[in-house]
Amino acid sequence: MINNTDAVKLIDSKRTDSVIVPTMNANNVGFGLPSVTSNQDLDLPLSGAMGKASNLGLGIALAQPDRKVMVLDGDGSLLMNLGTMVTSANKAPTNFYHFLFNNKVYAVTGGQPIPGSDCQDWEGMAKAAGYAAVFSYDNLEDFTTGIDEALAATGPVFIHLSVEPQVENTPVQFRQRSPRTVKMAFDEVPAALGARSG
Amino acid sequence: MTTYDSVLHPPAIIAELKKNNITHVVWLPDSETNFMYQLLNDEDSLDLVPVCREGETMAIAAGLWVGGKKPVVLIQNTGIFESGDSIRGLGLDINQPLVMLIGYRGWTRRGPTPDSAARFIEPILHTWGINCYLIETDDDADRISIACEEAERTQKPVGVLVGTEFGV
Ligand SMILES: Cc1ncc(C[n+]2csc(CCOP(=O)(O)OP(=O)(O)O)c2C)c(N)n1
Repeated sequence: MINNTDAVKLIDSKRTDSVIVPTMNANNVGFGLPSVTSNQDLDLPLSGAMGKASNLGLGIALAQPDRKVMVLDGDGSLLMNLGTMVTSANKAPTNFYHFLFNNKVYAVTGGQPIPGSDCQDWEGMAKAAGYAAVFSYDNLEDFTTGIDEALAATGPVFIHLSVEPQVENTPVQFRQRSPRTVKMAFDEVPAALGARSG
Repeated sequence: MTTYDSVLHPPAIIAELKKNNITHVVWLPDSETNFMYQLLNDEDSLDLVPVCREGETMAIAAGLWVGGKKPVVLIQNTGIFESGDSIRGLGLDINQPLVMLIGYRGWTRRGPTPDSAARFIEPILHTWGINCYLIETDDDADRISIACEEAERTQKPVGVLVGTEFGV
């Protein structure tokens, strides 16, 4: 299994000018993308609207076809909105990279098991949904070796990662919060893209 | 006798979308806007983004907006009920100036309706503080421009309820 921080660090190191849309543990202030990012202005975290990170990323990918968009999704989140895989594959943006952080639990809410976590075949689901390419890594070494090939593939690409369940059991009201608010992120990313509309 | 002079034709809506420089229509079909789908498919300046459930539409529209495009959402009133957390988290909370075209299933011009989808839609939008306009005839179509202007000015979602349309 891959450590959550190692995964986001590796993805961030390959981002160049990509927009990254992280959610849940991949967006944890202490051990997710915000703790390692090299280009915060192009990070658009999703905290409200569980399950919709890939839809948000799809919209950006369609609007900015010359720039890669990387979505860092949670398994519970993706299960909540499974049709998004078909929606993305159907629209087929070549610049869309959908990473699934599969830790088999709802980590943010305390580590409860995800329904069916022992029998899911995420690669099979992504292939059946119509992603142009599907990759899967269950250890950091293989992921480190393979990520360049995954990011060189023409999208939409689905990258399944077996990630350690890192459960934060601090009561919600005492957890560390990002100083960068949702409002700030939704102002900064369009500005960095030179795309502020209206 | 039914006359078809005072009804809503899809070209009137599409003309409004073009006038307001809309780039994408993120949608899931409904009977109320079926004829519009056929026309939208033929319209080069509008990119259609079909979804599997309506809650996806506001999130995709948010991404398009962040990326500099000007989308609208086109769904049925039932789809608004399905989309609550998206409207909250990726509409209202992020100040998205999103026009939502909403097929008004069950609309009977304020006569009695057995369809709860019609009875609940306006109270629910109002509870969220989302203003909405009704379009029933071609003469009403310019309310789409009013909605677009209002969404930009207030930086929040605005609804446009589409009464039953008629074919061309
Ligand atoms: C619609 C909705 N239902 C439930 C929740 C509560 N909730 C917040 S985080 C979370 C778990 C997310 O799990 P997953 O996507 O697997 O990511 P992980 O926490 O494992 O990184 C849940 C259920 C929510 N925020 N929204």
